Amino acid sequence: MWLEVKAATRRFEGRAALDGLHFGLAEGEIGCLLGPSGCGKTTTLRCIAGLETLDQGHILCRGELLSGPGVHRPAHQRGIGLVFQDHALFPHLNALGNVEFGLSQLPATERRRRATDLLERVGLADRLDAFPGQLSGGQQQRVALARALAPGPSLLLMDEPFANLDVALRERLVGELGELLRRSGTTALVVTHEQQDAFTLADRIGLIQEGRLAQWGTPYDLYHRPTSRFAAEFVGRASFIPACCDGSGVLQSELGPLREDPHSTHCSGPVDVLLRPDDVVHDDDSPLKARIVERSFRGAEFLYTLELASGRRVLSVVPSHHDHRVGEAIGIRLDTDHVITFPTTG
Amino acid sequence: MSALTRAPAATLVLAVLALPALLPIAATLLAWSSPETGIWAHQLQYVLPRVALNTLLLVFWVGLGSLLLGVGLGWLVAFHEFPGRRVLSWALLLPLAVPGYVLAVVAAGTLDYAGPVQSWFRSAGGPDLRWLQVRSLGGAAVILTLTLYPYVYMLARVAFDNASRTMLEVAMTLGEDQRGHFRRVMLPMARPALAAGLALVCMETLADFGVVAAFNVDTLTTAIYRTWYGLFSLQAALQLAGLLVLGVLAAAWLERRSRGRETYAVTRPERERMPRRRLKGFSAVAAVVVASVVLALAFLLPVWQLSAWAWQHTADLDSRYLDFALRSLGVAGSGALLVVAAALLHGYALAGAGHAWARGLGRLATLGYALPGAVLAVGVFAPLNTLGGLLQGTLVVMFIAYLARFLAVAAGPVEGGLARIHGGLDEAAATLGAGVAARLRRVHLPLLRSSLLVAAILVFVDLMKELPITLMTRPFGFETLAVRIFEMAAEGEWTRAALPAVMIVLVGLLPVYLLSRRLDHVA
Repeated sequence: MWLEVKAATRRFEGRAALDGLHFGLAEGEIGCLLGPSGCGKTTTLRCIAGLETLDQGHILCRGELLSGPGVHRPAHQRGIGLVFQDHALFPHLNALGNVEFGLSQLPATERRRRATDLLERVGLADRLDAFPGQLSGGQQQRVALARALAPGPSLLLMDEPFANLDVALRERLVGELGELLRRSGTTALVVTHEQQDAFTLADRIGLIQEGRLAQWGTPYDLYHRPTSRFAAEFVGRASFIPACCDGSGVLQSELGPLREDPHSTHCSGPVDVLLRPDDVVHDDDSPLKARIVERSFRGAEFLYTLELASGRRVLSVVPSHHDHRVGEAIGIRLDTDHVITFPTTG
Repeated sequence: MSALTRAPAATLVLAVLALPALLPIAATLLAWSSPETGIWAHQLQYVLPRVALNTLLLVFWVGLGSLLLGVGLGWLVAFHEFPGRRVLSWALLLPLAVPGYVLAVVAAGTLDYAGPVQSWFRSAGGPDLRWLQVRSLGGAAVILTLTLYPYVYMLARVAFDNASRTMLEVAMTLGEDQRGHFRRVMLPMARPALAAGLALVCMETLADFGVVAAFNVDTLTTAIYRTWYGLFSLQAALQLAGLLVLGVLAAAWLERRSRGRETYAVTRPERERMPRRRLKGFSAVAAVVVASVVLALAFLLPVWQLSAWAWQHTADLDSRYLDFALRSLGVAGSGALLVVAAALLHGYALAGAGHAWARGLGRLATLGYALPGAVLAVGVFAPLNTLGGLLQGTLVVMFIAYLARFLAVAAGPVEGGLARIHGGLDEAAATLGAGVAARLRRVHLPLLRSSLLVAAILVFVDLMKELPITLMTRPFGFETLAVRIFEMAAEGEWTRAALPAVMIVLVGLLPVYLLSRRLDHVA
């Protein structure tokens, strides 16, 4: 493992901001920490960067112990880059000066060459002399990225790098960032609260809830095999319907028989079944009917909220040429091989 | 607000308000077109080189001293924790309350060859301290540094206190430690503020008359005074003043340029303070000692000495003294009213005029703050004198010069207050049926009240302390506290200057209190 965080705990005034956090990244991997605000994502980054000390646990990078009991290597000796949430560019230096800041051990010409090269790579070749106040939000973000990459950090940390940017710009930057990091083989850990950014960017996603790791896995796993209701509801849209297990891996539900995920241990008795909007498909020929109670147009598709005969509601994504009115009953069927179940909650 | 003032009228107001500052600049520079050959040749040969060199040396040493003292103390107080830090953080502003000439009087009275310190040393068989020449260029530089460093200290503190913890963290993730952060981030970011403080110090040093006069150091300001009052050559005095104007304008231009395009506001609402490093052991003691010694030399000891002398001379406190005090209060009070009223007019006109060159005109009006009092005195007097003896025996010249010098002092807070009254408030009041007069009374006045009060206090205290303008333009026999101190100092009666000095220092504490409160607010 390139980066290892083991049982990391950090308390602020008695309250645990990080509570036994445990995960690792292999060389060249991009990890994303996802979670609601205040869950400890940023604290995790700050502990890895050396801006906070750990109360318990260990942090290792390339096998070297950075934080541990009685050990705290200061931030300026860690060689870990950090892109701050509001970019935090030095206002008294232009773009070039900002990127050159961490290269002071290099001779001037070499320094200039490397900083220019990096700014070119992030597409700012023509703004070398611009001061932060003269740059747009997206440009500032790229300067901040180039500045953090300049000293060749062994690990790049990014704290909400796309916050405060408009949606279109963000989507473009996320794509560009992923490409840049992969091409340079940089191992990176990115904090975000936007799951879409995490899905696009990450090899691994860590979902954090109240200082604990709720789940650590690939984006696919997080979406399709959430290990908790929290994960299921935080990542993607989720609806739940009750079902009954017979212990053989087949479930009986209002929407017909369902097969349980083979990876999970078989349940028995009443459970709740997770349905993603893409699991519920519109089919005019289906005998199963549901009434539309809400619809939201999303361009390529509609997201319908449907009410079943029992009064339960499920979500369904339907291609946008199926334009139905609220109150109409439409035919539906399930399009899913396996489903994930959770214990019933009253 | 635009509804309250019509643009052409506003421009006219700005033009009129700029006159007191433009008049002396024009008069002093134009004086060069018709040199008065006899006296001027004498000046050029014997006076000017020495006087100009003295002035430059004084500015250099005071600038350097204030920068070192101001930045050093600001750094100490902003980034370190040590016993007494909280008290020292505002107490270090106290020297602002002591005018330079008062400190000069104390220094001369105690440290001169015949003074108590040196006499005691001789009687105790100690070494001869004859070399310690208080009344010298070096002495004047020390005195001015001790009274002017708070300008740099204050601006450095604001800049350092605004430093965000994030910037330190950025520097650390890029491989710099605390020291590297101070050198490569903190200092460069504070540079505009430090340059502004330094420029203020330089301008005040160029403007100083009281200290150099008390110490018999010949600089441009004292040369203006002697040429006018000693040689009775108004023309040559104007020409000397012209030189000083060029110097001051150069300093003002440098200041503006060094600030350049960058004002570094750190816009981070949830900005975290920089952590203060706790000093321990020797370094904590050293910090307390250094800061306390500065405070003692610049404020505590002088005030204590003044009080002791004043106590010795309570017999002086007769009705004549009451006259001086009342006259000072009267002049400062009425002057403050005039200047604040003008600043209010200036603020409304500036907002109403709108176009760019009217704003330029508005800035010219506040340029007078950079002009030394001695320059304003001759520069306003000379053109008005051409009207004949019409204004003789009146205070008109004096008040016009006051207006030129102190309009900027009042304009700052007044503009700050006006900025809070945006157009929406006026329009809201109008839709609620309030006419122009009602809006002024019910919206503007309540919102402006505290700004106007602050402006009035600042100008009032500046006028209480003002020396060169009052000295040179007053009607015959018109004595204020400041003039009294000057006269006692001229006669070497140092201890008898203490009584009026104590009064001036007491009044001078008011704006220091206001400033320290604002500094706390920032921090």
